[in-house]
Amino acid sequence: MIPLQAIAFYLMATTTILAGLAVVFARNPVHSVLFLITAFFSAAGLFVLMGAEFLAMLLIVVYVGAVAVLFLFVVMMLDVDFTQLREGFSRYLPIGGAVAGLLTIEMIIVATTVATQGAAKAGAAPNASGGADVTNAEAIGRVLYTDYVYFFQAAGMVLLVAMIGAIVLTLRHKPGVKRQNITAQNARTPATGMTIVDIKPGEGISE
Amino acid sequence: MIGLTNYLTVAAILFTIGVFGIFVNRKNVIIILMSIELILLAVNINLVAFSVFLHDVVGQIFAMFVLTVAAAEAAVGLAILVTFFRNRGDIAVDDASVMKG
Repeated sequence: MIPLQAIAFYLMATTTILAGLAVVFARNPVHSVLFLITAFFSAAGLFVLMGAEFLAMLLIVVYVGAVAVLFLFVVMMLDVDFTQLREGFSRYLPIGGAVAGLLTIEMIIVATTVATQGAAKAGAAPNASGGADVTNAEAIGRVLYTDYVYFFQAAGMVLLVAMIGAIVLTLRHKPGVKRQNITAQNARTPATGMTIVDIKPGEGISE
Repeated sequence: MIGLTNYLTVAAILFTIGVFGIFVNRKNVIIILMSIELILLAVNINLVAFSVFLHDVVGQIFAMFVLTVAAAEAAVGLAILVTFFRNRGDIAVDDASVMKG
């Protein structure tokens, strides 16, 4: 009888890989984004299977909730002929496939060697929490806010810079839009704000 | 028994799918950005797998930082893409060789 863990692993691994392939091969970029969400979701399932629940939830919140929606937003906002962008697909298919096949074989060989003979000799049961009685999130928090607190703040700075950069890149002022300029309003004086015209009787004002 | 090898294999295949996607969709920047996300996901799977099977939680912290950088990269990349589209009305990358302001 196959254990439940193996069934879950193979189900989610297959889903992840098939969704990844669909991202690359889909004709419609909107479908690509949806398959990307599927890939992230099943990868989060793999994380849960390993016992890294906190990162699994983070993956769903950050990737599915933010990054994938951002992709979807941009894909739908851009009015581009996507079929025209696919030309050259079949031209690069053979060499791309060759490089990809070679890379996969090499990486799997290295991974197998490392897992069976290298530093990470297999046999240890998965135990993400590190300690016996702490949860995964607590274990991460204990390390993250002590030993890696500067890295944590640096990550915050990276996000801040990225946010400001994205805003600066996409912000534009349309010409011809009237906006309130409070500084200019406050700086007005009677000398600059009005003119006194001396009108002679019977002549009126000429602009 | 599902061991470290299985997870590393999944990560390796996912990584190559990402590289393959960049190779094949050379014109479509959106698919290239998504392929980069796939590559970073594969890296994260590797980090978490080693972290779990070596009983060291630091790997997961690293995976978190990779996640942060991936989110920042996606935001800035898409912002550049939107600006590029506004300027040229197209997102074909091979036209981007001339970087005039």
